[in-house]
Amino acid sequence: MTTEPDSSADAAEPRGAATATAPPQDPPPAGGPTVAAASKPRVGTADLIFKNLTRTAGFGLLALIAVIAIFLVLRATHALNANTGNFLTTEEWFPNASPPKFGVAATLYGTVVSAAVAMIIAVPVAVGIALFITVYAPRQLSSVLGYIVDLLAAVPSVVYGLWGLIVLAPHMKGIQLWLNDYFGWIPLFSADSVGRSLFVASVVLAIMILPIVAALSREVFLQVPIAHREAALALGATRWEMIRTAVLPYGKPGVISASMLGLGRAMGETIAVALVLPASFNISAHLLSPAGNTIAANVANGWGEANDIGRGALIASGLVLFIVTMIVNIIARAIVARRREFSGSSA
Amino acid sequence: MATRIDVTGLTAYYGKFKAVADVNLSIEPKNVTAFIGPSGCGKSTVLRTLNRMHEVLPGARVEGKVLLDGEDLYGAGTDPVNVRRTVGMVFQRPNPFPTMSIYENVIAGLKLNGVRKKALLDERVEESLRGANLWEEVKDRLGRPGAGLSGGQQQRLCIARAIAVEPQVLLMDEPCSALDPISTLAIEDLITKLKSSFTIVIVTHNMQQASRVSDATAFFSLEKTGDPGRLVEFDKTSKIFSNPTEKRTEDYVSGRFG
Ligand SMILES: Nc1ncnc2c1ncn2[C@@H]1O[C@H](COP(=O)(O)OP(=O)(O)OP(=O)(O)O)[C@@H](O)[C@H]1O
Ligand SMILES: [Mg+2]
Repeated sequence: MTTEPDSSADAAEPRGAATATAPPQDPPPAGGPTVAAASKPRVGTADLIFKNLTRTAGFGLLALIAVIAIFLVLRATHALNANTGNFLTTEEWFPNASPPKFGVAATLYGTVVSAAVAMIIAVPVAVGIALFITVYAPRQLSSVLGYIVDLLAAVPSVVYGLWGLIVLAPHMKGIQLWLNDYFGWIPLFSADSVGRSLFVASVVLAIMILPIVAALSREVFLQVPIAHREAALALGATRWEMIRTAVLPYGKPGVISASMLGLGRAMGETIAVALVLPASFNISAHLLSPAGNTIAANVANGWGEANDIGRGALIASGLVLFIVTMIVNIIARAIVARRREFSGSSA
Repeated sequence: MATRIDVTGLTAYYGKFKAVADVNLSIEPKNVTAFIGPSGCGKSTVLRTLNRMHEVLPGARVEGKVLLDGEDLYGAGTDPVNVRRTVGMVFQRPNPFPTMSIYENVIAGLKLNGVRKKALLDERVEESLRGANLWEEVKDRLGRPGAGLSGGQQQRLCIARAIAVEPQVLLMDEPCSALDPISTLAIEDLITKLKSSFTIVIVTHNMQQASRVSDATAFFSLEKTGDPGRLVEFDKTSKIFSNPTEKRTEDYVSGRFG
């Protein structure tokens, strides 16, 4: 079914030259059908099989996603139609009552805030660890530490979550009281009482995402070419100035991607958060007060005893989480792409 | 503002490996000194000891003395960061910061020195780019990425970046080896021009280049692989290329060896 270009090339051009020099996308050179046929790229059977295989897999995957999406949207719509509250603004969750009344506002708030605070805590620490390993640590220590961080990143994050919950959370009271004492004048840190708060959930989440963000950032910083680091040093940069001039700008897109991965995990994290938070459905600006819930934790808590409408409502909240994650990723990509030509990938 | 360099008993190691042994030479101010010799004889190593870039590599260390206008670079109280601000360096492969524009690349060193005034920075950018014979080519696109220039332009950008901080000495490690003949000539012209303000040390594999641009030439060699490289002969360039004292130098510059 494929034309053998070499056989027809004889007349027009020397063999080999036609097939070897013509890049596939080139328009066929003028001069009749013989030459045009000769410049067509050679397609082997293996190429065809591979092409069809990947195409089938690709379309199959898209179809599967579409089916899942349709199913979820149908379930969610069913519940949303029965809802007597406003799904986006109601700070209540009674989908199993009749009439059902529920809204995603409180859990969405809890999800976004706890994930954001977790990022604020985890990313600087992770970047610091990565910088220490790649720039400051002596060579041998650096390879040992690098290995350890990679190992830690491979441990399922729920393990860290449980550790944070069992070991750390009980000691969080002191820190929270301290924050409240000294920073209580900022509404965020004012509270009548402290306890199982969004702040504790954030700390647990931060611990969970720390290893993966640190491991990925370390990879990113390792990619910084020695030439750029030496260029900075040769200009008379101290080590920290070298980091600021050469390492951080070069690694920025990678660190942003790593952080987004961490953020995605933090927003989707379920069990640890469900165990920390008291599952209350109110929006409170006071991070230290014992209150709050997240979408994922709410699904985990509520799925078991939910009726048909209740499950639809939880699915609807899951779709909201999906959309938020997507928006966050789009923003991150836009940030990374903004100065693409300055990204260093071309050098 | 140019400076003389006196090297005595310099020995450089990479971990346990002794790369060059017992180098003694004196580099005159406002002169171009060329380092020549077969690959692996330690030219780059010696060059990098002159601004303490050698020790940046893990395990690398230096013995001996390097005096910059009489002051020991390796003295107890000497900060390598200050040394590198006085002794600038241009690398073999052009290495502009890829995340920075042409403008930002040139001022990178100035910013490290705490220069913030826009007017002063603008002035120095033009001055340095003119000094590197690059101004006319880039003056309309200073905000474009430095990595978007051609190889030769990138190398001249790196030279502009190095001279923007007004060092006293400029070290160049095979600055033309990645460049075409036209860019090479442009850089050679530039070296001749820069000589009036800087002491220049250049490593090159190109004999014609050494004889064209340099006033003095140091020939390094090594007996056999694994041995440390040594300075074989150091003299006026005209002498090295016409009437060297050492047989090995003559063999090398006439192309019979290496
Ligand atoms: N980073 C390093 N680690 C270990 N050994 C090194 C390192 N860099 C260079 N060497 C060794 O030190 C010796 C001198 O190397 P150097 O790079 O100074 O030679 P050179 O004269 O500049 O060679 P070329 O002309 O090829 O650039 C060589 O034997 C080399 O293998
Ligand atoms: Mg070299």
